[in-house]
Amino acid sequence: MGDAPEAGLLGREPGERNYLTAGTTVRSWLLTTDHKRIALLYAAGITFFFFLGGAAATLMRAELVTPAGDLLTADEYNRTFTLHGVIMVWFFLVPSIPTTLGNFLLPLMIGANEVAYPKLNLFSWYLWLAGGLLTLFALLAGGVDTGWTFYTPFSTLYSNSHVLLAAAGVFVAGFSSIATGINFIATLHLLRARGMTWMRLPLFAWAMYATSLVMVLATPVLAMALLLLFAERAFGLPIFDPRAGGDPVLFQHLFWFYSHPAVYIMILPAMGVVSEVIACEARRRVFGYEFMVYAMLMIAIIGFMVWGHHMFISGQSPFASLVFSALSFVIAVPSAIKVFNWTGTLYRGQIRFSTPMLYALGFVGLFTLGGLTGLFLASLPLDVHLTDTYFVTAHFHYIMVGGSVSAFFAGLHFWWPKITGRLYSETLGRFAAVSMFFGFNFTFFPQFVLGYLGMPRRYHEYPPEFQAWHVMSSTGAVVLAFAYLWPLCYLGWSLVKGERASDNPHDATGLEWQTRSPPPTDNFAEPPIVTGPPYRYHEEGYAPHAPAAADEPQRP
Amino acid sequence: MIQASTLAPRVDGIFWMLTGLSVAIMLLVGLLILIFSFRYRRGSKAKRGPVPEKLSGEIEIGWTVATLFVFVFVFWFAAALDTEQFEIPKDAMEIHVVAKQWMWKLEHPNGAREINALHVPVGVPVKLVMTSQDVIHSFFVPAFRTKQDVLPGRYVQAWFQASKVGTYHLFCTEYCGTDHSRMIGGIIVQSPADYARWSSGQPQGDSLADQGAGLFVAMGCTGCHGGSAVVRAPSLAGLYGRAVPVGDGRFVTADEGYLRDSILLPQKDIVAGYAPVMPSYQGVASEDDVVKLVAYLKSGKVK
Ligand code: HEM
Ligand SMILES: [Cu+2]
Repeated sequence: MGDAPEAGLLGREPGERNYLTAGTTVRSWLLTTDHKRIALLYAAGITFFFFLGGAAATLMRAELVTPAGDLLTADEYNRTFTLHGVIMVWFFLVPSIPTTLGNFLLPLMIGANEVAYPKLNLFSWYLWLAGGLLTLFALLAGGVDTGWTFYTPFSTLYSNSHVLLAAAGVFVAGFSSIATGINFIATLHLLRARGMTWMRLPLFAWAMYATSLVMVLATPVLAMALLLLFAERAFGLPIFDPRAGGDPVLFQHLFWFYSHPAVYIMILPAMGVVSEVIACEARRRVFGYEFMVYAMLMIAIIGFMVWGHHMFISGQSPFASLVFSALSFVIAVPSAIKVFNWTGTLYRGQIRFSTPMLYALGFVGLFTLGGLTGLFLASLPLDVHLTDTYFVTAHFHYIMVGGSVSAFFAGLHFWWPKITGRLYSETLGRFAAVSMFFGFNFTFFPQFVLGYLGMPRRYHEYPPEFQAWHVMSSTGAVVLAFAYLWPLCYLGWSLVKGERASDNPHDATGLEWQTRSPPPTDNFAEPPIVTGPPYRYHEEGYAPHAPAAADEPQRP
Repeated sequence: MIQASTLAPRVDGIFWMLTGLSVAIMLLVGLLILIFSFRYRRGSKAKRGPVPEKLSGEIEIGWTVATLFVFVFVFWFAAALDTEQFEIPKDAMEIHVVAKQWMWKLEHPNGAREINALHVPVGVPVKLVMTSQDVIHSFFVPAFRTKQDVLPGRYVQAWFQASKVGTYHLFCTEYCGTDHSRMIGGIIVQSPADYARWSSGQPQGDSLADQGAGLFVAMGCTGCHGGSAVVRAPSLAGLYGRAVPVGDGRFVTADEGYLRDSILLPQKDIVAGYAPVMPSYQGVASEDDVVKLVAYLKSGKVK
């Protein structure tokens, strides 16, 4: 059974069939192999984890309003920031864009009906969920106090918290990441529509490709590191224990060999989203499309060679530090190219300041500042002073939260009409985008100052002279929390009462806009044929990809 | 931000240079976005039309090369300062640091000990020889722009030269468990006269090396390494700093790390020509004992 007789919560028209109305039972969702439905399954989980991690952040910021540890005990604080870090990194940021927007859009964008391995796709959602629940259980059953980095020998020999359970959860979730990566790579190689050559791929699809490469190649190293941690902690095998001749720093090498590329798992998808949004809302072909593609591939490749810049003060050889420092500067070049090209895309455009565009422009600003402060950390003598202080905390929040999360919101709003078939209130949306930008800077800019002044990270108490900056940061966090919660309201409203969206409300060129909103279960009635490059926005009276796939005339 | 070491102003030089560069780039990008946003907003009368293919190619190559050039310059500038700091001055005063959850234990060359506080004279290079008794900690003095992870099972070194009298924060900044944020202390920089007065007022104790000499006998090291017993084990006189032949033709420099390993992990590098009979002092010699033994072996008093 399944067809809703009336216009359902999301249905476009009474009785119309789309992927949402194709089945309404719980079973039809939990056993679905439709990439669009799986995207929504992920979206539900990710939203949950985002707000859980956010609650922990709120608790931390409340604690840090005063220099004394008066709200939480030391252990509680340590467990709170570990919960925040573990959840935000592995169960929100890493999967966020690829598993939701990526799953939903990738087949649509390349004119395919499915991902290459639909069952693997569903399986990877279950893996991710299992990992998440395992970790959640560890965090609730008393918590973990190692920080999301699990540094040895603290994690293996000294911590008396639920390290193994949490690590097991992350380990399991890693396989979900690998499965998604394999699936996307195969999809892009095997299922592109006729005429969709590599150089005609939308940049979002390229971003998914680069991200998937990193996922598939880097994640196994994390799995190895966690296995070794497991072996030492559970069975006492001397791997990191210096008293038995082990090397405590080995873990850091393995960990960052994964986790540095992992920040590109978080930021490359964001770059893809922002490229789509800016091109459409400025109505121009992305400036230097080919350069944008190569820049992403360069970032993915060089990203594997810079892990040592997390360990400049760990006692590694000074020569190694010099090499890692140099490579870190090199990787900044493709990132800079991308910023310049987004800016260049605006030149001679027809710019519309819609909600997604405001988020995307906010992304460019925050990512640029985050990236520039990366140069500070890549400079050896400066890194010595700044590392493990709030400067680092600010830096990675600018990239990962200011960058990645802003882009996620940009994409969510941009494709919302396609995903749900509904429109949201532009006024409320713009308001949220602007408050997020200001709230974010208000929260995290003071942390750069704190770091330069010498405030170490992961401190539950601190000398009183740092207080003013902490209070500022916590005040900003209130604004930011509001900006994250607000969309929940108007997007929720839009689901129920939102105006119906046309098939292509932004008048965009991507193939995903050539089908109905929301799309039918099998995406396209006829396989589309691609005849030209993407983003033909400024060509006078551009012809969208032909033939139009949907079977009815549709422009409002 | 206070600059209390010879290094601090130079690090700040790079900091402000990069801040200037960042502000310039932020302004450039920000202004371009604002100008384009205004000029090319939808419905404005600005001229549009395509950018010539040729021109856009040149712009791309231009800014790629320009950023690469700027970044290489910054790297070179920063790396130069770093390599200059490699060499620890030979005449540096040597302080031994043992970190543990959650305190700093510091020992002066004359045997004076402090916990969570370190007195040093201004204008004198100070070398820190550090190790940890448990997890990884990090020795951080913001006013000096000095930081170094302190690892268990290994000696790491750092140095600074204080340039201003005063009291400065000492933080642990590698997360190390429950009381991480309380593992803090103060560095008290004094004029040489004040330092001398402070130092002479301390319960002197024996110097580290002298205490080490006592341990050397008490722990039975002399049984094998003593003057008359060198058949079984190499003599340790004048060992420090020499290149020692080990096993398969390699040479290892006898630095602090080697001495330490030889005491705790004697099977790691066996001196050529000797049987691997030395027992490990793991669990027998405490971290403090090892520091003293190493100080003795370095002292030139070994016969
Ligand atoms: C209202 C928003 C947020 C606030 C106020 C906030 C605040 C904080 C604070 C105070 C810390 C601890 C710093 C330390 O002592 O080391 C922290 C760490 C961290 N945050 Fe956030 N955060 C926010 C949002 C996010 C989001 C959205 C993410 C990821 C999507 C994130 C990722 C991280 C990570 C990875 C760490 C490192 C954890 C660690 O040090 O172990 N944060 N955050
Ligand atoms: Cu510590």
